[in-house]
Amino acid sequence: MNPQFQLFPDQASATAVHLDHLTAYLLIVAVIFSTLIFSLIFFFAVKYRRRSGHERVGETGHALPLEITWTVIPFVLMMVMFTWGARIFFEMSRPPDDAMNIYVVGKQWMWKTQHLEGQREINELHIPLGRPVRLTMTSEDVIHSFYVPAFRVKFDVLPGKYTTAWFNPTKPGKYHLFCAEYCGTLHSGMIGWIDVMEPAEYERWLAGGAGGESLASSGQKLFEYLACANCHRTDKPGRCPNLTGLFGSKVQLTTGETVTADEAYVRESILNPGAKVVAGYQNIMPTFQGQVSEEDLLQLIEYVKSLAKQPAQGAPTLGAIPPRLAGRGITRPPSAPAQNPKR
Amino acid sequence: MANHSLALRHQFDDVEQQKDASTFGMWIFLATEVLFFGGMFCCYTVYRSRYPMAFGNASNHLDLILGAVSTAILIFSSFTMACGVNSAATGAKNALVGFLSLTILFAAAFLVIEMSEWHMLYKEGLMPGFNFTYKEFDPGHVQLFFCMYFAMTGLHASHVTIGIGILAVMAIRAWRGAFGPEYFTPIEISGLYWHFVDLVWIFLFPLYYLIARHLQG
Amino acid sequence: MITATVETRDNYLTHEYGVKSWLLTKDHKRIALLYLASISFFFFLGGIFATIIRLELLTPPGDLVSAQTYNKLFSLHGIIMVFLFLIPSIPATLGNFFVPMMIGAKDLAFPKINLLSWYIYMAGGACVLYAMLEGGVDTGWTFYVPFSTSYANTYVILTGVGIFIAGFSSILTGLNFIVTIHRMRAPGLTWFRLPLFIWSMYATSLIQVLGTPVVAVTILLVAVERGFHLGIFDPALGGDPVLFQHLFWFYSHPAVYIMVLPGMGIISEVVSVYSRKKVFGYRFVAFSSVAIAVLGFLVWGHHMFVASQSVYASLVFSFLSFFVAVPSAIKVFNWTATLYKGSISYDTPMLYAFGFIGLFTIGGLTGTFLATLGFDVHVTDTYFVVAHFHYIMVGGTLMAYLGGMHYWWPKMTGRMYPEGWAKLSALVVFLGFNLTFFPQFILGYLGMPRRYWAYPEEFQVYHVLSTAGASVLAVGYLIPAAYFIWSLRYGKIAPDNPWNAPGLEWQTSSPPPPENFEITPVVTSEAYDYSILEEMKVG
Repeated sequence: MNPQFQLFPDQASATAVHLDHLTAYLLIVAVIFSTLIFSLIFFFAVKYRRRSGHERVGETGHALPLEITWTVIPFVLMMVMFTWGARIFFEMSRPPDDAMNIYVVGKQWMWKTQHLEGQREINELHIPLGRPVRLTMTSEDVIHSFYVPAFRVKFDVLPGKYTTAWFNPTKPGKYHLFCAEYCGTLHSGMIGWIDVMEPAEYERWLAGGAGGESLASSGQKLFEYLACANCHRTDKPGRCPNLTGLFGSKVQLTTGETVTADEAYVRESILNPGAKVVAGYQNIMPTFQGQVSEEDLLQLIEYVKSLAKQPAQGAPTLGAIPPRLAGRGITRPPSAPAQNPKR
Repeated sequence: MANHSLALRHQFDDVEQQKDASTFGMWIFLATEVLFFGGMFCCYTVYRSRYPMAFGNASNHLDLILGAVSTAILIFSSFTMACGVNSAATGAKNALVGFLSLTILFAAAFLVIEMSEWHMLYKEGLMPGFNFTYKEFDPGHVQLFFCMYFAMTGLHASHVTIGIGILAVMAIRAWRGAFGPEYFTPIEISGLYWHFVDLVWIFLFPLYYLIARHLQG
Repeated sequence: MITATVETRDNYLTHEYGVKSWLLTKDHKRIALLYLASISFFFFLGGIFATIIRLELLTPPGDLVSAQTYNKLFSLHGIIMVFLFLIPSIPATLGNFFVPMMIGAKDLAFPKINLLSWYIYMAGGACVLYAMLEGGVDTGWTFYVPFSTSYANTYVILTGVGIFIAGFSSILTGLNFIVTIHRMRAPGLTWFRLPLFIWSMYATSLIQVLGTPVVAVTILLVAVERGFHLGIFDPALGGDPVLFQHLFWFYSHPAVYIMVLPGMGIISEVVSVYSRKKVFGYRFVAFSSVAIAVLGFLVWGHHMFVASQSVYASLVFSFLSFFVAVPSAIKVFNWTATLYKGSISYDTPMLYAFGFIGLFTIGGLTGTFLATLGFDVHVTDTYFVVAHFHYIMVGGTLMAYLGGMHYWWPKMTGRMYPEGWAKLSALVVFLGFNLTFFPQFILGYLGMPRRYWAYPEEFQVYHVLSTAGASVLAVGYLIPAAYFIWSLRYGKIAPDNPWNAPGLEWQTSSPPPPENFEITPVVTSEAYDYSILEEMKVG
């Protein structure tokens, strides 16, 4: 499947094809200019070689038109490179809305991938042909980089943060997965395969595996096990914000700032709850740092995401306690400096 | 007793060029120091803008009085340094030695206050890496504040210490009569260095001690 | 006028004898030679590591050394080559020797600081060597956190301290050059009469002085975090590993211009002398040097397109990176135009100059590829980048350095090198270089990541070509080492001006007297004025 003497990598995604067109342009420009310079040097060196000790040289000191020409032309060619490259970069940075989510956790020295349905893989990822995939990735330790040459996709994977990459596989097959950020002794061993399968085959693989529950459902179990449900009640207001409909909404904090409740927000709230306290609530949530792994966090995130799909009361935004709940015995912290002047 | 300080170094054409070159050289060195501290100021700025509450909280643990006093002392030491340069220019040898000694004294006082502040923070469990026990609001980012605090004040203190050494050497040479109105370039450029060290503190003090103390969790 | 020198005339080499006269010298020429010895040592050490790396990479599995040893090898290769060889190389040897001479000065502005800078360099180098002997470091020369602060169990702090110390050597050299060029030019030598080598050294010095302190403080923070378990870059404390990258690359990108600008300066000199023509577009080339220095500080984020910086930041960095390519292109065109209607001789320095222009063109063009956002996503952290920077640093700087060494060898030592062997080596270097590094472009686009000890089989054929090239390249470097040393004793005695070049350094003896000039020259002509030499020529 992999010929010995390949000159170009497989084109297994739409982006790969787009990028290769840009590469062709870059190569053409490079070949033209290097040939030009090499030939001129060779030609001048031969034509104007020194033939005797006393030689008159041509009087050419400078020529503004020439300088301008050979400044402007390369600059224009480079602006084409810039614009074209930026277009493809935007394409690479914007996963389509209907992309399927896969979670990736990198650690020294392996890739752990998680399907929402619950399948976990190590150093491998099975995906169906023709469906865009969005990867939400984090690292358990040092910086790694998720790289699939055949898709022309690469993005760093950082500890304490979620990063995103996406691709749309257009050719079935097995493609190299590499770690592309040096991460220690077995950096070169942190490799694997992306398996792109026909959709039907993929469904079979999904169903047949050791599988188990979906991420969201594992998340729910963990949520109950860690006693999160004692505070974060979904039936009635508790001492902690209701998480129903939280994910993706805007949250107002005690500082007056408003943030979006995305994956990073949920993760931080679990590991360092004091960093962002929701307005109207006290800083009483304990930290779960050390009690949950990165994968646990992903399950909890998926669970919280799933709560958004339940019928919510309008579009609930967390912040001040809604007036209709006031006077029901909920204590407001007296100090809450809700009127912090904007810095 | 001129020793060789009045003599023109062989690479220069005249005293004027020599003085020009020395002063220019010191300014370039100070530019490198700006970049040196600048990297850390950059870290500080990034983190303060990300974690304003934690930083505001943390700055409340710094002693405002001690900080203000040490700032005053350092500014005053810049004044005595400037007086010293003036004495050198007018040939007042005893005054020069006196002012240099005063500057050293103030610098030492600054360091003493600084070390006692550090000691207090250590006792309160706010010295990362050695004794950090803060557990209240957002301990992680408060720890970050103190990491930056100790790193920057530590780097500054090392510059003050080196400055004391330089000024001590200058004072000894001055006492031996090496400087006079026609040659006092080393005093001048030591003065430049000292003013720079003072200037760094004038930025450090407000950024760490003064701003946003009201932001508490 | 071409006269033969007689070695009984007092020159800087014979003026004083004894170890103390060298180790305590304040003569910029002797200090240059001290540096020459040290950087040559580090070059060959770094080269040995490169050899072992290429041997390991002959076969796909890791079978020559262990994984950790391999990681230490590429880390030390990078650290030694970047910090202990390339950055000091031209400035501290040829710069130290010739900046004062080319401006008609007796020495640099601060000779004692110059000597101090060599000792500082030796201290830093010794520290790195000691760390290496104790077990080395395996973080890569880039020291990314949190690996270097919290996960590596090698001698990160010791190596970091060594680099920190060596950085001050670079700062002091730059400081010295700036003051010297500003304040100590001979009468009549206005800025626009300066040789272009001086312009390049000036631009380089600006970068050394402003950029190095930032990497110094960054490495200091890494050492402090690692040593005292502070958490400045620790994500668990809210620290940001990407902030490290910003600080690191803020220096390390301009650093590559520290490495290439002096080489460009040499090429300007060499192309002019061996075409007997002044450099085409002198002012454009001069301003380009300064433009590269300034613009070079604005593009560091192009090392971080996939590091999770914002898309808009990446856009800005990409855009500015194309700007910095423009002055380099201007120089290439101007050098080429200098050849037009010149009187070209094929002396060895000129062969190296031809090599530089060609290989720098390829390196520079691939640099614009890397500035192209979408393309960079695919090839960053692959062998494509490795090939790109070796084209610039080895195909560029190292070739220029060798060209400069050959050009100025007669002036420095009073001896000629053997021309036949020299030309042969230049050819061997050129061929060996291309065979080593061109296949790496292909490897990179195919997806082979860098810093890999073992790799999938389909990449092997290119690695074999690359290693074959490396063995040829090694020979190309060993031969000059041999004949340069040989020439010190057996080389033909050099005349004062073997190349009939303009330039103040050629108006004094080979080797020069300790004070450089018997009388301070007064400059009345423009740079590269060959007409004066025509008038002065006899027979």
